[in-house]
Amino acid sequence: METVKVETRNLEAISYSIKSNIRQYAMLIALIVIMAFFQIATGGTLLVPMNVTNLVLQNSYVLILAIGMTLCILTGGNIDLSVGSVCAFIAAIMGHLTINLKMDVTSALLISLLLGAIIGIWQGYWIAYVRIPPFIATLAGMLLFRGLTITMLKGLTLSPFPESFQQISSGFLPDFFSGFGWDLNLTPIVVSIIFSVILVLVQIKKRATRIKNDLETPPLPLFVVQLLLVIAAINVFAYWLAAYKGIPIILIILGVLIFGYHFFTTKTVPGRYIYAMGGNEKAARLSGIDTNKVLFFVYFNMAILSAVAGLAFASRTNSAFPGLGTNFELDAIAACFIGGASASGGIGTVVGTIIGALVMGVLNNGMSIMGIGSDWQMTIKGFVLLMAVAFDIISKNKAK
Amino acid sequence: MQVILEMKNITKSFGGVKALDNVNFKVMAGEIHALVGENGAGKSTLMNVLSGIYPYGEYSGEIIFQGKSCIFRNIRDSEKMGIAIIHQELALVPYLSIGENIFIGNERAKAGIINWDKTHRDATELLKKVGLKENSNVLIKDIGIGKQQLVEIAKALAKDVKLLILDEPTAALNDTDSDNLLKLLVELKKTGITSILISHKLNEVIKVADSITILRDGATIETLKVNKDEISEDRIIKGMVGRELVDRFPKRKPNIGKVYFEVENWNVDDPLIDGRRVIKDVNIKVHQGEIVGISGLMGSGRTEFAMSVFGRAYGRNISGRIIKDGQEITVHNVRQAIDHGLAYITEDRKNAGLILIEDIKHNVSLSSLKKISKRLVINDDQENQAAMTYRKKLNIKSSGIFHKIQNLSGGNQQKVVLSKWIFAEPDVLIMDEPTRGIDVGAKYEIYTIINQLADEGKAVIFISSELPEILGMCDRIYVMSEGRIVGELDKKEASQESIMRCIMQSNGGRS
Repeated sequence: METVKVETRNLEAISYSIKSNIRQYAMLIALIVIMAFFQIATGGTLLVPMNVTNLVLQNSYVLILAIGMTLCILTGGNIDLSVGSVCAFIAAIMGHLTINLKMDVTSALLISLLLGAIIGIWQGYWIAYVRIPPFIATLAGMLLFRGLTITMLKGLTLSPFPESFQQISSGFLPDFFSGFGWDLNLTPIVVSIIFSVILVLVQIKKRATRIKNDLETPPLPLFVVQLLLVIAAINVFAYWLAAYKGIPIILIILGVLIFGYHFFTTKTVPGRYIYAMGGNEKAARLSGIDTNKVLFFVYFNMAILSAVAGLAFASRTNSAFPGLGTNFELDAIAACFIGGASASGGIGTVVGTIIGALVMGVLNNGMSIMGIGSDWQMTIKGFVLLMAVAFDIISKNKAK
Repeated sequence: MQVILEMKNITKSFGGVKALDNVNFKVMAGEIHALVGENGAGKSTLMNVLSGIYPYGEYSGEIIFQGKSCIFRNIRDSEKMGIAIIHQELALVPYLSIGENIFIGNERAKAGIINWDKTHRDATELLKKVGLKENSNVLIKDIGIGKQQLVEIAKALAKDVKLLILDEPTAALNDTDSDNLLKLLVELKKTGITSILISHKLNEVIKVADSITILRDGATIETLKVNKDEISEDRIIKGMVGRELVDRFPKRKPNIGKVYFEVENWNVDDPLIDGRRVIKDVNIKVHQGEIVGISGLMGSGRTEFAMSVFGRAYGRNISGRIIKDGQEITVHNVRQAIDHGLAYITEDRKNAGLILIEDIKHNVSLSSLKKISKRLVINDDQENQAAMTYRKKLNIKSSGIFHKIQNLSGGNQQKVVLSKWIFAEPDVLIMDEPTRGIDVGAKYEIYTIINQLADEGKAVIFISSELPEILGMCDRIYVMSEGRIVGELDKKEASQESIMRCIMQSNGGRS
């Protein structure tokens, strides 16, 4: 009798944990399918080590923007249209400081980020305290900062940046373990092994406390399989990096941001406030949450991340030019919605958004390798966005 | 006189709860027929059935209008037959003109092209009929609510209405506007238009109605004829409230301590309409361990009062003092209110109390995140623990603490709201309609929880429109009407009649 009960409970738990995460699983599976498709279609070029590293470098700015955009969307489907222009403006400032004024890179970086924060205060003020709808306030910002960028650059391109600035998006961590006569850069492998061990320990401890507290946990086999898959993915990825040039510096920045914002949104009080506001602003306010402050924070944060993304992109292209960042906001917004964010707020995760951004990134990269023109790339990306959100809405309606 | 409308054996349920149970309702042609009853008696539901808002098939029974059995699938169907309903919340577009509003959905047009001359000519004609002296080009937002009400009636007349239904038309009007409106109904009667008037103001009902039908608990109690029966407010009240009180409330021996929570000279203005005072010089006090009721009809200002006290979550130009445990406290926002040990359990749990897309765990902890976090990082174990404790303690029927709120029943949702506020460990709880829309069993459980809270020495303010509930639960009762406290009754002297009398006398005194 007892075993039967446990069995059914296990089954329920499995179906529950799958159901509640179906959107993310579905997108993860879609990502793997898309990768597999392009791996075949490009005759294996997609996943050669050099291209994997390239994928990271190419998409770093979208990933950074999409993280910030997730927070905006979480507060109630609010988007920020100004991020592309802010990227361009900050890149132009950086170019002006380092190229025209010959300022040292560290001071220039600090000034650029500070300026990003000031832009954030500006936009946050109008949106959160004057309550201008974000769509309009950021549309104004989009025009405003694009205009300032063109004025600053006098319509010209600034280039090249100092060597040390270029390193942000094109440099790699030195190999701390070279000289063993290996063909591989061992640093990523060592890092990923340490990372895997920590991950296993943390997950086991988490599971133990959940069981102790009699909370729903995925059954042991599912838990083990999940963990093994994650570890496999991390280590394969590390191998790819190792087989090329090692760990790109921008990947470290990305890793810190992804982990930091994942932690922020899932484990902290202000993170919870963001979800609460998007879930039901009135209820949040009556629970003592200052929703103006929350709204201010997400747009403040978005501008700073825009500055970071702008710097990363300028570093990669080694130039600041008037059209930099055009349509970046759309890529970031698309990544969030493909990653399962709800257009009415309160639903969405940083991890989901990263998956969404990677789906778009792999599509771009794979189609480019296949020699598909940018006209068709755009068409296909538009279609994918539509289908991903349609899948979301249809499956939700069915669940009702 | 001939029968214009007959509703036969109308039964309508909402998820197993019968809102209307075999209701029979008959209206004569050319009369003003009043429909009265307590909140939740089924008046609005019955009218929504009649006007097609609850379409044919969602209810059982028959509607016979002008001798024909009718099937209304939507409002358009009933409008085609000449039935028009004017709701409490007016259905006017603020940024369109009076003329445009009168003919909305019924435009004076040929082949889709609007004839503006005819629109305004006809509108002017109709405005004359309802006695509204305004140009038809004036925007709706620029005229007062009394005039808007008249525009609604003009709109109905434009559709060649035979039966006009008015749901609490005078609730938001001042006395002059109310009088004008009632006179207009009498005028319309002379031109052959039949009206059904839903109203809580019995003095008005007695003034204009030819017949009065009383509903109670979803059933017709009786229909009084003005020229045949003896009509008085007491007579009507008796019909409205005359139900047997069975043992629906858990027993409690109150243990009342010192005065703990006081609100003094509380005044609040409407946040949207300049100069409209919603709460006028309210003074209340609550003792430790006491359950104090605030009774009053819908729109009497109970919720507005409660929310304005709770960190000024409603209203502006708020003045008055809040004293807790002998000391005046400042509560300028909800955070401060919570920090001072206040809790407000909203009447509108779906829109203002809960995050429906989240689970039990996240809802329970929402207003107490400080308690379970360290340097802003939430302790997951403590959060789970809290949710599990209250899920068990309040008997929230669910699959676990990760059960989404939107998939819970109303009663269990309400228990989550209570859990959230009990977890915040308040000293003063303001409960606004804590049992609205939940079934009898869950009500009993919630009453028990409220009693426990009082027994723990907390001060409880209990707001409800259901008189039996107020009488069954409270140690002392304030009666509120039109933003004022119009009576204070001890448990011993309180009865449904005495409460209703307080309200009616205060209304009658000024009309």
